[in-house]
Amino acid sequence: MKLIYEKSVKGRCGVELPSSDVPKAPSLPGNLLRESAPDLPEISELDLVRHFTGLSRLNFSVDGNFYPLGSCTMKYNAKILENVAALFSTFHPVTALLPDGEKFCQGNLGLLYDLSQLLADITGMDEMTTTPMAGAHGELTGILMISAYHRKKGNRKRYVVVSDSSHGTNPASAAMAGYGIITVPTAPYGDMDMDLFRKAMNEDVAAVMMTCPNTLGLFNPHIREIADIAHSFDALMYYDGANLNAIMGKVRPGDIGFDVVHLNLHKTFGAPHGGGGPGAGPVGVKSELVPFLPLPRIVMNDEGEFEVQSENLESIGRVANFFGNFGVMVKAYAYITMLGREGLIKASELAVLNANYLKEKLKKYYELPYDLPCMHEFVFSASRQAANGVHAIDIAKFLIDRNFHPPTVYFPLVVREAIMIEPTESESKATLDAFVVAMAEAARIAERDPQALRDAPVSTPVGRLDETKCAREQKVCFTG
Amino acid sequence: MSFYFTKDHEWARVEEGRAVIGISRHAADELGDITFVDLPKEGKEVRQSDAIASIESVKAASDIYSPVSGKVIRVNEALEKMPELINENPEEAGWLVRIEMTDPDELQKLMTQAEYAEYLKKS
Amino acid sequence: MNDRHYAPHTDDEIREMLSETGIERIEDLFVTIPEELRARVFNVPPGMSEFETFERMKRIASDNSKEMLYFIGGGFYDHLIPAVVDHLAARSEFYTSYTPYQPECSQGTLQALFEYQTAICRLTGLDVSNASLYDGATACAEAALMAIRVTGRKKIIADGCLSPFSRMTVRSYLSNLDVELLELPPLDGLLNLEELERCLDGETAALIVQNPNFFGLIEDIAAIAEKVHAAGALLVASVYPLSLGILKSPGECGVDIAVGDGQSLGNPLGFGGPSFGFIAARKAFIRNLPGRIVGETADREGKRGFVLTLQAREQHIKREKATSNICSNQGLCALRALIFLSSIGKEGIARLASMNRDKAFHARELLSRIPGVTALESGQIFNEFTIALPVSADLVAASLLNRGIAAGLPLGRYYEGSENCMVVTVTEKRSRKEIELLALAIGEALQ
Repeated sequence: MKLIYEKSVKGRCGVELPSSDVPKAPSLPGNLLRESAPDLPEISELDLVRHFTGLSRLNFSVDGNFYPLGSCTMKYNAKILENVAALFSTFHPVTALLPDGEKFCQGNLGLLYDLSQLLADITGMDEMTTTPMAGAHGELTGILMISAYHRKKGNRKRYVVVSDSSHGTNPASAAMAGYGIITVPTAPYGDMDMDLFRKAMNEDVAAVMMTCPNTLGLFNPHIREIADIAHSFDALMYYDGANLNAIMGKVRPGDIGFDVVHLNLHKTFGAPHGGGGPGAGPVGVKSELVPFLPLPRIVMNDEGEFEVQSENLESIGRVANFFGNFGVMVKAYAYITMLGREGLIKASELAVLNANYLKEKLKKYYELPYDLPCMHEFVFSASRQAANGVHAIDIAKFLIDRNFHPPTVYFPLVVREAIMIEPTESESKATLDAFVVAMAEAARIAERDPQALRDAPVSTPVGRLDETKCAREQKVCFTG
Repeated sequence: MSFYFTKDHEWARVEEGRAVIGISRHAADELGDITFVDLPKEGKEVRQSDAIASIESVKAASDIYSPVSGKVIRVNEALEKMPELINENPEEAGWLVRIEMTDPDELQKLMTQAEYAEYLKKS
Repeated sequence: MNDRHYAPHTDDEIREMLSETGIERIEDLFVTIPEELRARVFNVPPGMSEFETFERMKRIASDNSKEMLYFIGGGFYDHLIPAVVDHLAARSEFYTSYTPYQPECSQGTLQALFEYQTAICRLTGLDVSNASLYDGATACAEAALMAIRVTGRKKIIADGCLSPFSRMTVRSYLSNLDVELLELPPLDGLLNLEELERCLDGETAALIVQNPNFFGLIEDIAAIAEKVHAAGALLVASVYPLSLGILKSPGECGVDIAVGDGQSLGNPLGFGGPSFGFIAARKAFIRNLPGRIVGETADREGKRGFVLTLQAREQHIKREKATSNICSNQGLCALRALIFLSSIGKEGIARLASMNRDKAFHARELLSRIPGVTALESGQIFNEFTIALPVSADLVAASLLNRGIAAGLPLGRYYEGSENCMVVTVTEKRSRKEIELLALAIGEALQ
């Protein structure tokens, strides 16, 4: 499809702008003025609509396709959430920061406060901040609070411990906050190697970051012991909540030794992913970390009114402009309100059922390196197929031809040729069965006609793209 | 000319008393099409096993560890424009850096060509 | 009610699936979780239907005041949004897709982001842009970290006319790093060039300025750039993207990294989010950009297509050595900005920017006529300006809020000695009548 810039015609106009009803201001001095207007597209409204409608049709999406992307929790995004968010879209955030401004936005502030309470209950934490705008942003916020905690106690800590199966954001966030990283390998039983973990721990460790269930979809039975060891060195336990969809109502991270938790509202709580964002990554903490929560904080006063606290010397300060991705939080709040206690529990139960069902149905076709009861996701290895020259990526591309979005491939790094599948609770048995048929077909073709898989996809607007050429040429802006 | 290899698949060979460093054919093949090489500044002091460079392909980034201690006296500037030289000829045109060695005996702790071939077979 | 919202299985299907899985009861799926780790408390209230949820949310929304006339900005602005923006961004092929890691089935998102990057480059006059960041404040912080990577130096100067929200965010991001952060006190609402020269040294990685600045004044960016470059440091400018319809672009002024909040480009106020941050830079710095970047390439038959590129900089590959921990972007908000910019077009953005300036200029004249009110006129303005009142700006702002007018952002909380000052913002949406009403109301409040 042509770029919108290639459809642009000089002098054409899209939307009609209002005319000004005030006198013209004297012109700016020449040294501040732009010589010519920025070269934006000039296109009629209908052509614009056709362009973006056309682009949208080139996408797979949850509304159009099963999307079993491991670690991403691509559940259905209820339509009502979009309607609900529209109720809250026109309020200026600075109003809440004006003198007495809070009283004009009690609805918004109350919603954030209530959402914090609900999320604190779901995770077993004492307080939450809803400001972080994504999971990784939550991680950074959490690690900054951990560093403030240690600074206040006079602890000199230099390292953060992560597992080699962790999300890349864990070590990246800790490094961004100034910590060195100690990576503990995964043992044959699918979790952090306990002996190596014990060896890695010392007085210099500020925090241990864990995902539980981990990225292999396994619940770590040693978690309590890990937390006890960490705490014995005054290291705090950080919970990466990317996989919370497996355990709502079953386990609360705060009950099993975690001190800091981040959640991904766009994964677990039904807000859409938006093609890569916006998300929201609220962070919960235990009481000893409450003083360090970022600003602004929303608190309830004695009259039951909500106030914005913008100053607090112990706080780590601001981590974003205002109150975070409020619109995403409105959706998550409506989702939790709608599902309620039983609905959330059922969501986790059925997400785990769907994952185990797929795992059992498919394990005769693919190598399952950790053959254990899984939680909401599991990881195959395409090692059997690789012996025949077919790689995880080839299977992924073949699935596109069968109208399925591929699972996550080549992650976690601890599994060779990894295929990571997370079906979520949203999918029907019929969809899962159709996916089994496609995966089985891929396994069969891998034996008979490996080249066919290497040539996939054949049904898409473009075939496999040359990523090496792209990385070498670096054309990231249209210059025509 | 004799090559010495590390377990991390770097090679070193001695030219006019200096060590030339690169990565093995095996490593270049494993990395796939190389898209970028991050080389150290000339003059940088390194110890044996320090990371001296990093090499990126589309889906991976790998640190390169120095087989010897010493000072970086030259880097292969051609790699900036043509990182693919490493794929094409990792042991000649695809060299990375030249190092003034402080302890040439370190080379003796590395693998010979034959030992490295054996090492690859085993792993 | 079966409490099985959006989970489609019937009881029969659940039984069948359990038996195929070799498990008797749902509860047995969780056997790997030791009993002593199970939740004892889970107090979320019972659920409700979609209809009841909507009613409840309407009630919560009604606890906000209905009508508010906005003359406040501070980083977020009340601009018009053409109807096409909402409609096209509401296509679920866009909003229910994920990060385009599989390019063959994500060309829609990828091409749109490539077009977005192009729009940002053209607005800022710089060579490369990423696919967006969280917001304007975090974009400032990411730019500071980027400048540290590029220069290998460890001192950041944040101008005091940079939004206090951005400055505080930069401070938090740098708080646990071995980096010196210096804040430069403003002079007459502008960057203090002499003081800047004293602070710049061989350790300075970057200066971060804002244009127009927090007081609404337009800085002489080219002059600042000259001083910064003379010290071998980079200039980071946080800019108001809509102002670039008329203002000289950061690239033309010598800025090395331009950042900003994209809310003004087709994203609603939404109580502060989601919007997006943008970051653009000179080509030489491309490998040091944080976040995702879309690039153009071709398939095996030579057909043009787009992919996420230079991923080896990112956290999922480079882990602790990544350029940033950022994993998501604000893709849907960036898409809205692209649709917005495409619908108003090249001439439209110039007109819209001029109209903002005209309205603010008119408002400044009217407010300056109120006895006791003076405007800060040490520089040119775009659509914001600072006024000094004869009394506490907090009092005036609070009294006008009660009349449904958010008259301005009082500065006392952010700048010592500025208790009587506030910043007034006037966008194209404010009519002449509304501006007159503001002047009238301020006059009455002062009586």
